[in-house]
Amino acid sequence: MSKSDIKKLGRKFRKVVLDTSERLGMDTALIDKDAVREILEYLRDEEKMQYNMLRHLTCVDYLHRDPRFEVVYVLYSMSNKTQVVIKAAVPEDDPTIDSVHDLFGCANWAEREVWDMYGVDFKGHPDLRRILMYEEFDGHPLRKDYDKQASQPRVELRKTERDAIEEFKTFHKQQPEQGSRS
Amino acid sequence: MTAEIEHDDINDLHTEPMLLNMGPSHPAMHGTVRMVLTLDGETVIKVDPEIGYLHRGFEKECEHATWTQVFPYTDRLNYVSPLLNNFGFALAAEKLLEIEATPRCNTIRTIMGEVSRLSDHLTCVGAGSLELGGFSAFLYAIEGRELIWDLTEEVTGARMTVTYARIGGLKDDITPDFADSWRVKRERLLEIIDDVDKLLTKNRIFLDRMQGTGIISQEDAISYGYSGPCMRSTGIDYDLRKDHPYFAYGDIDFDVPVGTTGDNFDRYLIRMEEMRQSIRIIDQCVAKMPDGPVNCDDPRVVLPEKERVYNSIEGMINHFKIIFEGIQVPAGEIYSYTEAGNGELGYYVVSNGTGNPWKVSVRSPSFYHMPAIHKMIEGAMIADIIPTFDTINMIGGEIDR
Repeated sequence: MSKSDIKKLGRKFRKVVLDTSERLGMDTALIDKDAVREILEYLRDEEKMQYNMLRHLTCVDYLHRDPRFEVVYVLYSMSNKTQVVIKAAVPEDDPTIDSVHDLFGCANWAEREVWDMYGVDFKGHPDLRRILMYEEFDGHPLRKDYDKQASQPRVELRKTERDAIEEFKTFHKQQPEQGSRS
Repeated sequence: MTAEIEHDDINDLHTEPMLLNMGPSHPAMHGTVRMVLTLDGETVIKVDPEIGYLHRGFEKECEHATWTQVFPYTDRLNYVSPLLNNFGFALAAEKLLEIEATPRCNTIRTIMGEVSRLSDHLTCVGAGSLELGGFSAFLYAIEGRELIWDLTEEVTGARMTVTYARIGGLKDDITPDFADSWRVKRERLLEIIDDVDKLLTKNRIFLDRMQGTGIISQEDAISYGYSGPCMRSTGIDYDLRKDHPYFAYGDIDFDVPVGTTGDNFDRYLIRMEEMRQSIRIIDQCVAKMPDGPVNCDDPRVVLPEKERVYNSIEGMINHFKIIFEGIQVPAGEIYSYTEAGNGELGYYVVSNGTGNPWKVSVRSPSFYHMPAIHKMIEGAMIADIIPTFDTINMIGGEIDR
């Protein structure tokens, strides 16, 4: 089922689907990172596929391989009960990829985590802050060249506290009808 | 004229939103999460959850450990149901190695997994009632959890940090008198579940706090990747034990309770029913426990018998290789998923063919439940945060990793 979906995807997006594979029951497509939004949206909305749930979003750091990073999207179809894996290669010198936070709600935090841990920048993400580490953390800890025992610089006292009310007001002005977030 | 005056009065009223920090040292926030609330009176208009207070570097530690050494770390993910995390990781590694556990091992994993699920749900329901002021129900639930943890201790040797699973098998067989021990405990557990049911389900105060609060729609639940009781409360029948059976679930008869409205009360009811179903599953497994070995017959992954280690050079070398170099898992990657207490617990594991995992990424259910909490809380009263946050059952250990 998911195998034929991957084949169909490969046929439809011949230029941007770089490779497809099937091993250990994982139907995988390696895609060009610029087409990630287009492909995920197609998989989500295509009537016969409906991969409407983003099960997992993570990143793998293959040090000394070019391109170095691979952002992994595990998609699941609630109606067909099948799973496909989409991988997008992200090079080290330009670690950016389009955000999919508006296609899948859970991508918001998952992308924040990937940015926090690997330093992959998600273009178009509304709130790309660190999520597990603290704001002043230096580096991205899950990169393979980040030493496990590395120490961090001392954090000075913050000059100003974050003003959530101001933040809220500016946000509220932009989208008065929708509450704080869509 | 009067209308104008009244209008001015309203303008003069101080209606600026108020900022309130809830947590991390707030009893209902488990000490592990901070919510920055913007309040308009008692109504929440914006919530910004901040996590990371319990971050321990799980994934980084795993990359520097051998495959077997990952198990103690997985205990600490969802520390209320550690066995489920253990088995989830064992399953992922076994899929990479392309080996299958023995039927007896699968049955024991099913039993102990459901035992862990009982402890998870009892804690959630009990703590939830405590946070709403129902102390008696909490004491009953914790009594039940103690029974569960005694049972866990008999089998695994520890109450919480069990490290019971191994790749290709288990640390040990279950105790010979497990069936008797379970028979005694299940009677008391059923009594406890009934007592908690009587104390809470028709309680006016409990109903008022739980019904119609913390509602999530089906579309949002799917979009935010909900799973487990939170997903099923919206009416979507999504249970990995049924949809993609693993371990011994394929041969077992059990029901999956499904809610209708997606509110806190539905999530509570689902947890209560799942506990009864868990007992049903364990009963069936205990009744048809297959004989045979617990560990699979594969010298690549299973430690040799101690007798062979001490008396033969081959056994000694085999033991030495597995302990020092680690189990050699073939290169590849897998996304493996199991149904944990809170929902879908996934492991995205990458191996480069050595004794250490290249990457172990955890898809913890809580991490996917929390981002949508603003959908449930915004627009509601501040008091609704407490039952909502409880029925989501966020566990600090698995969200922060």
